[in-house]
Amino acid sequence: MKKLLFAVLFAPIVALAAGAKLHLDTAPDKANDMAALQNGAKVFVNYCLNCHSASYMRYNRLKDVGLNDDQIRDNLMFTADKVGEPMRIAMQRNDAKVWFGAAPPDLTVIARARASEHGSGADWLYTYLRSFYRDETRPTGWNNVIFENVGMPHVLWDLQGDQVMGEGHKLKLVKPGKMKPQEYDAMVGDLVAYLKYMGEPVSEFRKHLGVVVLIFLAVFFVFAYALKREFWKDIH
Amino acid sequence: MSKVNALLQGTLDWVDARFPLTANWKAHLSEYYAPKNFNFWYFFGSLAILVLVIQIVTGIFLTMHFKPDASLNASGVPVAFASVEYIMRDVSWGWLIRYMHSTGASAFFIVVYLHMFRGLIYGSYRKPRELIWLFGIGIFLCLMGEAFFGYLLPWGQMSFWGAQVIVNLFSAIPVIGPDLSIWLRGDYVVGDATLNRFFAFHVIAMPLVLVGLVAAHIIALHEVGSNNPDGVEIKKKKDANGVPLDGIPFHPYYTVKDIVGVIVFLMVFSVIVFFMPEGGGYFLEYNNFDPADPLKTPPHIAPVWYFTPYYSLLRAVTYPLLGIDAKFWGVVAMGAGVVVFAFLPWLDRSPVKSIRYRGSLTKTLLAIWIVGFFILGFLGTKDPAYKFFGSIPGAPVAQVLSVYYFLFFLTMPIWSSLDRCQPEPDRVTMK
Repeated sequence: MKKLLFAVLFAPIVALAAGAKLHLDTAPDKANDMAALQNGAKVFVNYCLNCHSASYMRYNRLKDVGLNDDQIRDNLMFTADKVGEPMRIAMQRNDAKVWFGAAPPDLTVIARARASEHGSGADWLYTYLRSFYRDETRPTGWNNVIFENVGMPHVLWDLQGDQVMGEGHKLKLVKPGKMKPQEYDAMVGDLVAYLKYMGEPVSEFRKHLGVVVLIFLAVFFVFAYALKREFWKDIH
Repeated sequence: MSKVNALLQGTLDWVDARFPLTANWKAHLSEYYAPKNFNFWYFFGSLAILVLVIQIVTGIFLTMHFKPDASLNASGVPVAFASVEYIMRDVSWGWLIRYMHSTGASAFFIVVYLHMFRGLIYGSYRKPRELIWLFGIGIFLCLMGEAFFGYLLPWGQMSFWGAQVIVNLFSAIPVIGPDLSIWLRGDYVVGDATLNRFFAFHVIAMPLVLVGLVAAHIIALHEVGSNNPDGVEIKKKKDANGVPLDGIPFHPYYTVKDIVGVIVFLMVFSVIVFFMPEGGGYFLEYNNFDPADPLKTPPHIAPVWYFTPYYSLLRAVTYPLLGIDAKFWGVVAMGAGVVVFAFLPWLDRSPVKSIRYRGSLTKTLLAIWIVGFFILGFLGTKDPAYKFFGSIPGAPVAQVLSVYYFLFFLTMPIWSSLDRCQPEPDRVTMK
């Protein structure tokens, strides 16, 4: 009877009706793949960290992905002097506003902000970075399938090549880039894995710690329950 | 050993001669007799105190690092928003403290809603416990204020626009409304002045009132004694020493039992904190990872889940009345939806307290009300144009359920006295 009641109570909530759903491709899970995260960091500082800042992320935090201070300083720091500095950029926001229509957002937590009912933030970014196409009506010459009339041009175009909007709303690669489509997808996967990591650097440690905490509580429960039983055995 | 004991006893006597320590310990714990038949629903009172402590302690440490400043830093990010990320990254264990606080906010409402539901099904608000219930409603209102003020602080998009929408509601009040909302904000839009005053309310004013009300709630409870799942008064049957026959000392019996409840609660709490701190976008809304931008209105502004049933009541009112805008009546409906709980002790005319001895009429009407409350809450998170299964429009459903929400209370004096109840037992039962 109780189960039935609960089923009736929660049926309307469980029966979430699907609205107009945005189709997102699933980003590969590379959260524990250090090589992928390092490659993602490399792509990020080379291609993104010119217009976009990541101002809550300190360079030396990249030790999380298996790098040391010297590797970070020699390979990844173009606009900072000290390894403890956050990832800032030289471009002035007021200039950026004039050039792009809107100042490019800080990307530190972008992978968390882009999550929605349609999918995770990583899925959105993975789809977004592979969905640019040529559109001569736009000032930059580029448009995007899931971010209509986006201000950002296709920064990775020389790697991916040129896509156009083909028949049936499908993208078609008309001019190949430096990378094969599979290589490009893998590279974007690395970049998105890095963005996801940067959104919450502590997330892997958090999950490990969670397991320890739950084991502790489970052991504690056994003793607490035994204590309760002992005290209550005379209460009828 | 006896020397140590003598010293301890001497210290206790010294204190007791100056402060009623032993007397209070007895009155509230070791000789406070609670009914022996408390069930699952009776864990949530002590859990609410636990969550209050979690919120206060984590809040103290967050206050040490948070900066209520809406100005933009060198990277063009509001200082308040950046300081939250600073806590998440650079403050030792800051991420844990912050997640405990953000999860604690939702946990507080879950626990308090379950605590209120307990009162609802077992008639805990009935005579002689009307004041306990009223203090409780005061706590609930205070908690809503506390949550509302606190939600602005991370200065994300939802923080900003949520506060903008709610403060704007006051502008619907005729004549004084527009000036009132400017006075509340301290600016024409939600801004730095608003952030600072909300911070003051969140960390000082509201917690102070909250703690005071919690004390009053407990003192009133310990004056009249706890209700129980059978809804019978244990004080009517006492032994020769004046101890209720069905009562057991709160300490040690319920302290050891509540420890078990605390651990189970902490396990659920930890699963959220460590494995899903965003709570699927309900505990930490995704949009709130975008810093507040007064020039960019999000397409869909939804309050956090614990406010959504009342938000649905607000949106359900679409007719102007007496020449006043529908928005005003929506605000009235929203306020009434919360305040109506306060009248329960006088609306309920049933001869019995507990749902166990009430008839099918009460059970049916209450079950529909609970389902309606959930659906209103669900619809409150959605766009007004939302359709169930892509075809049944949500807005009229919310309107029908809103009418039922109030009819349930307003007609309670009638149906609660009409219902066929079973006789209450003399003593509590252990089922």
